[in-house]
Amino acid sequence: MKPVGERVVEWTLKGLAFSALASLLLIAVFIFMEGAPFMVRLGVKDFLFSSDWRPQEGHYGIFAMIVASVWVTLGAMLVGAPLGIAGAVFLNEFAPESVRRVIKPMIELLAGIPSVVYGFIGVMVVAPLIREHLGGAGLSVLAAALILGVMILPTVISISSDAIGSVPRSYREGALALGATRWQSVHMVVLKAARSGIAASVILGMGRAVGETMAVIMVAGNAVTIPHSPLDSVCTLTAKIALEMGSAVGLHRQALFATGVVLFIGIMVLNGLAMAAMKKRSART
Amino acid sequence: MAAPVIQIENLNLHYGAFHALKNVNLAIGAREITALIGPSGCGKSTLLRCLNRMNDLVPGCRIEGAVRFEEKDLYARGVDVCGLRKRIGMVFQRPNPFPLSVFENVAFGLRVSGLTDRASVNAVVERSLRGAWLWDYVKDKLGAPALELPLDQQQRLCVARVLAVEPEVILMDEPCSALDPISTAKIEELMLELRAAYTIVIVTHNMQQASRISDRSAFMLMGEMIEAGGTLGLFTKPTDKRTEDYITGRFG
Repeated sequence: MKPVGERVVEWTLKGLAFSALASLLLIAVFIFMEGAPFMVRLGVKDFLFSSDWRPQEGHYGIFAMIVASVWVTLGAMLVGAPLGIAGAVFLNEFAPESVRRVIKPMIELLAGIPSVVYGFIGVMVVAPLIREHLGGAGLSVLAAALILGVMILPTVISISSDAIGSVPRSYREGALALGATRWQSVHMVVLKAARSGIAASVILGMGRAVGETMAVIMVAGNAVTIPHSPLDSVCTLTAKIALEMGSAVGLHRQALFATGVVLFIGIMVLNGLAMAAMKKRSART
Repeated sequence: MAAPVIQIENLNLHYGAFHALKNVNLAIGAREITALIGPSGCGKSTLLRCLNRMNDLVPGCRIEGAVRFEEKDLYARGVDVCGLRKRIGMVFQRPNPFPLSVFENVAFGLRVSGLTDRASVNAVVERSLRGAWLWDYVKDKLGAPALELPLDQQQRLCVARVLAVEPEVILMDEPCSALDPISTAKIEELMLELRAAYTIVIVTHNMQQASRISDRSAFMLMGEMIEAGGTLGLFTKPTDKRTEDYITGRFG
């Protein structure tokens, strides 16, 4: 029999630990209860595959927003994944200790900047540059992709950097002892050994990009259309929910919850993929 | 002793403030097995790693003196370190195959050199695996992950990987310390076979191993080269009291 004090502490900690799980479940249940019946009533096909979003007239098609989210996210990956992976490789394999000591905390600082500040820079700097040099309104897929690409760098860099750092030294030594150059040992052995961790970092970065709202509202232009070029304005799923939730009632409100369901499922799938990738890595080493 | 292929001259090595090798001199004969022996921390692995410049990777490591390989100093300015490591290969203490297939492990050195011709790569891989007595075990699973092989086969794969590069010298850093006695015997037998074509330098903790396989032995203590000579002579009539104490098991 454990002393009473011991059991109180144990149960308190258990309760706290489960509260995280409980809030996740609560959020999931709540969103699904509000959104799922609406989807069924309207028809999943009309909801997902129509681009006609006019809540006042009872048209709720989110296809344009899904396409916008996909393009903005893919664009962000195109910017953020190569930069982030290259940054992680540089930090782990090439940077001298003195450089690493300066850059690592700076990257962590990057993660701490509020997204509204990123959005502000997007509106004041990136969008005008695009408007002047490439045309269009400036507030566009391209602007959102550039801003989000930078925003996901801390995620991509820190997780790939952990993966690269956990590659055993003996692999590097083995490669160098066979006459490989530093770069050959990195891309022929180290990156191969770390690839599942790197994949996980990219997928988690993707999850961040899909879910980001404030910065996207500020720089993407928020026009509910299917974009034909990177210079077109778009409205992502997250932006639509944030913009209209304040004033929505009745069916409109349910439609926004249903949009949340779509996002929720998308993010869960991405996180699941990332976890599977990480698990593969730990199983192998 | 055979004509020396490597000559270590007045070699001093510091790790930061620690003086790890003190004025070491040693000649290594061609197509012989030279064993470096001595207690843990005596500097034998450090000395071995000077021969293919693996110590370059250690921050704060300073080296003075010369290591002459075929007359040329390895530490002279402008030496091609990658080219050097292709001529002086290394097998490590723990088997360290790459997380690639068996085939790609052996082909690694060829890829590094930019050899892409399929037929010649295949030929070299087969020859190297045969040379390491591994071909019969792995010929049907060349595509399997190397890390799934048993430990002694992994170590022979590491030998095959070195053979593929066609080195002149093979350095072995306690190659059997992670293996059981039967696997150890196989590696030792392999080394005796390889001696016909390669110069081998082995670091070992195991006195019996040194006496079984080496032609010459060098005894080190606290960073100093105490005594070097024919293995038989060194083990039966050591000239230095400290060598005798170590060999007869009075310390170490």
